Amino acid sequence: MTEEIIIAGFGGQGVLSMGKILAYSGVMADQEVAWFPSYGPEMRGGTANVTVILSESRISSPVLNEYDTAIILNQQSMDKFEAMVKPGGVLIYDPNGIIHPPKRTDINIYKIEGTLIAAELGNVKTFNMVVLGAYLKAKPVVKMESVEKGLQKSLPTRHHYLIPMNLEAVQKGFESLELVQAV
Amino acid sequence: MGELRLMKGNEVIAEAAIRCGCDGYFGYPITPQSEVMETLMDREPWNETGMVVLQAESEIASIHMVHGAAGSGKKVMTSSSSPGISLMAEGISYLAGAELPCLIVNVQRGGPGLGTIQPSQADYWQSTKGGGHGDYRLIVLAPSSVQEMNDFVELGFKLAFKYRNPAMILTDGVIGQMMEKVVLADYIPRLTDEEINEKYGSWVTNGRKHNRQRNIITSLEMDSVRMENNNLRLQEKYARMEEEDVLFEEIQCEDAEYLLVAFGSSSRICQKAVDQAREKGIKVGLLRPISLFPFPKKPIAVLAKQVKGMLVVEMNAGQMIEDVQLAAGCSIPVKHFGRMGGIIPSPGEVVEALEQKLIGG
Amino acid sequence: MELKDIINPNNLVYEKPKLLTENTMHYCPGCSHGVIHRLLAEVIEDMGIQDKTIGVSPVGCAVFAYNYIEIDWQEAAHGRAPAVATGIVRTNPDKVVFTYQGDGDLASIGTAEIMHACNRGENMVVIFVNNGIYGMTGGQMAPTTLLGQITATTPNGRDAGRNGYPLRITELIAQLPGTSYVTRQSVHTPATIRKCKKAITKAFQAAIDKKGTSFVEIVSTCNMNWKMTPVKANEWMVENMFPFYVPGDLKDSSKNDPESYTPLKN
Repeated sequence: MTEEIIIAGFGGQGVLSMGKILAYSGVMADQEVAWFPSYGPEMRGGTANVTVILSESRISSPVLNEYDTAIILNQQSMDKFEAMVKPGGVLIYDPNGIIHPPKRTDINIYKIEGTLIAAELGNVKTFNMVVLGAYLKAKPVVKMESVEKGLQKSLPTRHHYLIPMNLEAVQKGFESLELVQAV
Repeated sequence: MGELRLMKGNEVIAEAAIRCGCDGYFGYPITPQSEVMETLMDREPWNETGMVVLQAESEIASIHMVHGAAGSGKKVMTSSSSPGISLMAEGISYLAGAELPCLIVNVQRGGPGLGTIQPSQADYWQSTKGGGHGDYRLIVLAPSSVQEMNDFVELGFKLAFKYRNPAMILTDGVIGQMMEKVVLADYIPRLTDEEINEKYGSWVTNGRKHNRQRNIITSLEMDSVRMENNNLRLQEKYARMEEEDVLFEEIQCEDAEYLLVAFGSSSRICQKAVDQAREKGIKVGLLRPISLFPFPKKPIAVLAKQVKGMLVVEMNAGQMIEDVQLAAGCSIPVKHFGRMGGIIPSPGEVVEALEQKLIGG
Repeated sequence: MELKDIINPNNLVYEKPKLLTENTMHYCPGCSHGVIHRLLAEVIEDMGIQDKTIGVSPVGCAVFAYNYIEIDWQEAAHGRAPAVATGIVRTNPDKVVFTYQGDGDLASIGTAEIMHACNRGENMVVIFVNNGIYGMTGGQMAPTTLLGQITATTPNGRDAGRNGYPLRITELIAQLPGTSYVTRQSVHTPATIRKCKKAITKAFQAAIDKKGTSFVEIVSTCNMNWKMTPVKANEWMVENMFPFYVPGDLKDSSKNDPESYTPLKN
């Protein structure tokens, strides 16, 4: 099994770190992983995206023209990546700031109110963890215990007190995924 | 088995350097490879192994610091990206001329000039055919994974000391910025001064010893006959590299009717393209040169007798293709597909190019 | 009295330092380099540090310095000697490292390298031979060429508008906190030669004591490219160079605060 994911949004939304935690979770589940970010000036406020690949076997290209799953967190990313989801694949988006919702009819589409839920949880920084939880509901590629281990591995020890709050956000996202269209 | 980590290619270069007993790193910040020095400074290896890490005032100074330390028999390195490597070209030529071992990492970006910070493979010629002045060669290794970024640090040093010649890891922002699983090597202790004197006493400048003549490290020779002999000695050394240390990988070549040739990050994209093409029923294989100098001429010549055509895929306007054409001869078409300016070709584009340039044509 | 009676150890008043090789020097008659090489050989021998000293030679007339003193040497690219020396001394902190550089090498093409090595306070010695001209390439203008001075590239004399001003780089170096001992010397009389030897000794001692960079400028002659006799060149140096390149100590941290330096006034 190979899962090829693009996570795309604004810099500052935690796109890269969400990808990183997913990658670490894959490592904890003994999978092959690749994490390939867009880098450079985009890091500072512009669009940011990261490709994450989880696989049972050796990973070939970290650069892809189609994805099993696209996690889309702003309109620019929707414009760019909606067309690149494989037929029958998955698109998850946060409707906050989306003017043109996805139109594809050959893919599974889900919504996650990540911005709202993170605000309700009292910490907008948990936004990316809410989205990660939603993704794991749609695609259970790693178990929750691997996510916990992934958080432990990817966060510096001085930030470990934040792990319970992050796991709560993941759980909340997991419970809040809404199906828009199934194929 | 060593320690398993999830790391960026650039960070792994730093970690591997510390673990392989490197004595010193001299560098200057430039995107997209600044994580190498940042990781080293964060790790503070001077406390752990005694490795020196110094941020120099320029790439020019960095490479000449490498010259000084390498001349004293130390295992030293630098890293930079394309414009910085151009500045180092002077020092690299001197290192090759003075026959000093060292490791240089080039995390390429698009050019010419200031160009872009996005990935590119446009320094193939600069790395394999000179870059600096004079007849010289570098040992050039092109990793295609984070694991190979780790492995080629020690391998690069090994070959550099075997031949007393600078070695280069030629990579780009894709591999440098990507995180993958990596099995780190176990620690190798740094050589003591006594060990250096024992192994390299015939040439190192670390203070004249009672039991040896003084040593002089120079690339200068005003006598033309002696200078030509120096050149001939270097050429013999390069010929020996071509005999003994060619590295390459063949992927699905056994039944291939078409061949992709690609190095570094392009070869990763081509692996996927091979899978996609085979799904379409096109029997294609991939030859990945790992050592760009010495170049794997022989396997290409052998495959030229088997396949109907070759497509060289590079993130440049067509550089390695010249070496592939020379090795393949004129019996089959050898075409090029490349993207530039920091654009990374997708596997789909490669399959399309294969169909248009070789199969359809 | 026969020759063998004269050549007798008891009569010895002067000898070649053991560290000077038998190689015939390529320097022109009257050149200051020979005297400075001899002083270096004497100092290294006197201090007994020949087994741990590494010299870095420049590009310029002294490119062959490695042929004349019996120690380990590296030959650096033009201007890069301070970087090469940094590489050696950082990875071999118990060794004694010095660079030997001319004015074109140190104050023109290698300005960045010398400023930053001194600013980092690398524990090394810099011997800076300033004769105001490019010798090896045939007498072109150097950064230290005086205004009005005739060279191959300033045939009508150095003009500030066209060529800029002569550079007193030692004055800049002395302001850098990384330097401990900065001095300007010459070797045109027996007295100044003795004084210069003391300065070189002090510079090496400071490097051994890890006090930072020691910098010894030696104002010198290039009678061949100045197109003068050696004696005339010495006189010209005293009359024309010394008013601008004033001899003396600019900074001595064994006496002063390392950040303070004394501007030398004519």
